[in-house]
Amino acid sequence: MAFLTLTAIAKRFGQNTVVHGFDLAVERGEFISLLGPSGCGKTTVLRMIAGFETPSAGTIMIDGRDVTYKRPAERNVGMVFQAYALFPNMNVADNIAFGMKVAKRPKAEIDARVTEMLELISLPDLAARYPYQLSGGQQQRVALARALAVKPQVLLLDEPLSALDAKIRVSLREEIRALQRELGITTIFVTHDQEEALSMSDRVVVMHQGRVEQIGTPHAIYNTPKTRFAASFVGTLNMLDAEIKDASAGLIIVEGQTLRIANGTPGAPNGSRCTVALRPEALAIGPARPGDNVLSCTIEDVQFLGAIVRVKARCGAHILSVDTFNQAGQPAWARGDQVEIHFAPEHLVVLD
Amino acid sequence: MRESRIGAWIAFGIGALYFILPLIATFEFSLRMKRGEYSFEAYRVVFADPRFQASFTYSVGQALATIFVGIALVVPTAYWVRLRAPQFRPIVEFITLLPLVIPAIVIVFGYLRIFNSSSLIPLTDTNLGTDALLMFGYVTLALPYLYRAVDTGLQAIDVRTLTESAESLGANAFTILTRVILPNIRPALLSGAFLTFAIVIGEFTFAALLNRPAFGPYLQLLGANRAYEPSALAIMAFLVTWACMGLMQLASRGLRLPTTDTR
Ligand SMILES: Nc1ncnc2c1ncn2[C@@H]1O[C@H](COP(=O)(O)OP(=O)(O)OP(=O)(O)O)[C@@H](O)[C@H]1O
Ligand SMILES: [Mg+2]
Repeated sequence: MAFLTLTAIAKRFGQNTVVHGFDLAVERGEFISLLGPSGCGKTTVLRMIAGFETPSAGTIMIDGRDVTYKRPAERNVGMVFQAYALFPNMNVADNIAFGMKVAKRPKAEIDARVTEMLELISLPDLAARYPYQLSGGQQQRVALARALAVKPQVLLLDEPLSALDAKIRVSLREEIRALQRELGITTIFVTHDQEEALSMSDRVVVMHQGRVEQIGTPHAIYNTPKTRFAASFVGTLNMLDAEIKDASAGLIIVEGQTLRIANGTPGAPNGSRCTVALRPEALAIGPARPGDNVLSCTIEDVQFLGAIVRVKARCGAHILSVDTFNQAGQPAWARGDQVEIHFAPEHLVVLD
Repeated sequence: MRESRIGAWIAFGIGALYFILPLIATFEFSLRMKRGEYSFEAYRVVFADPRFQASFTYSVGQALATIFVGIALVVPTAYWVRLRAPQFRPIVEFITLLPLVIPAIVIVFGYLRIFNSSSLIPLTDTNLGTDALLMFGYVTLALPYLYRAVDTGLQAIDVRTLTESAESLGANAFTILTRVILPNIRPALLSGAFLTFAIVIGEFTFAALLNRPAFGPYLQLLGANRAYEPSALAIMAFLVTWACMGLMQLASRGLRLPTTDTR
């Protein structure tokens, strides 16, 4: 049995159902990200785990205990919000101590724990500062320390980095991940930033319109997306309309050119249509290796991005995006050039 | 541009005269108790009057009790409406505005009907009961101001996020209100409190009709029977009110906690 399980969770606000049949099993110590576009219900799921919303259906179990209808204060779940969550009337030390004071811990224990937490977030000198005297990144670290000080069983973070600027965002996410590993705390992290989700998580939950689209490791989510939405939301993607030529042999036709699929043959009859996806970085221009798929295209545009050259190539009605590394001796492609784009059959993903 | 500036100054001058002249005249008059010289004799007489001391003390007590009960009533209500029942907001705002619309004399007659000696809750049977009734009446009078002050204070902080942070750290509603919400709306509370104080100190209708020895009826009594002392009292009442307003300013400026905005 997993440490934290959500079973068939649904949430309705009036007539509006914003979360449908949500299932998730999180192992102890795992770092899970909920990833999806704005309004897909990430925050709502997190708030149900924290106890700020009650599910309209389904159950939530933490460590074998049913907490579905428990109040937030009874759940032992820590929460870090997007911003503005530190108590403005208390200094850093009092903020961190709040949960333990509420629990009436002895003063010596509180003081020791506050010092320990300040060390942990590498802000040992800021105990006496007030929130308004801290930078946004420092505030979020204190918020993290405050949530962790009471030793919660589960840590929830709702876009804790989105109010910060890009540089701090990257360094703080590495810090959060390192801290999470050190403490081994089960963590759910909400974000709409795919880079954040992919770089930090053990597993990513891709959400769309209140439903789980796909749950998997960052590697699996990126390389073998299961649905059209998961494929298009995570990373850039070329999507091609295809006709199934021979399902058993894994042959499809795109723009009159026959391609071979290595894994996941379409479960539809010959002659029907399907959608296949290709990552830009899986494509290459030039002489094909044996066994590769080949598409003849015309170059529409070439963008030089330094280490990467991004080529837009037209293939019938489709425009393919091709990312190649900038290598010496590579021909300088120009608009209107006829080229052959090739890729291994494994890179063709058939979408549901 | 110049003309409009001059017009503005004239308007301001007229307004100032309208406001200040009577005040100066009153002050001047209050100094003339002793024939042929200016003196603070009228003030001395007033301060020496035991009824002044008694009624002023009584009203200060009433004001403090009103502030305490008013805050205990208004803060949880405004907090609850903001956090859990925003749909009731218009209704609550309407109710808190009613005391401005309904004349005090109507309110007090209503109270007397409900709480008289032959009613279910005969508050007017004892002095203490009547004091309590008067205090509740003052809470009603102060409601529009107190509610707005508190609500504005709540608007300035992120009530939901602060509440939920505290909740997930194990705090109950009482702890959240007293340790998180109240300290962060202190400036608003203080300005509401001073406003309440000023209202209660000068109130006449309730105290007179309930026949309690408050400062308002004393003012009226003195005004009807004496010449110089009422002027001295009026000036003192002004000073108390202005002190309250000054403290309100201080409260909302000096004690305001800097915002935590870091975006
Ligand atoms: N209290 C509420 N009452 C009514 N509708 C709500 C409420 N809270 C959320 N919703 C709706 O539920 C949907 C999901 O909201 P939610 O905040 O979970 O999205 P999100 O994925 O966190 O989005 P974002 O990335 O913008 O934060 C939205 O359409 C929102 O309008
Ligand atoms: Mg959200």
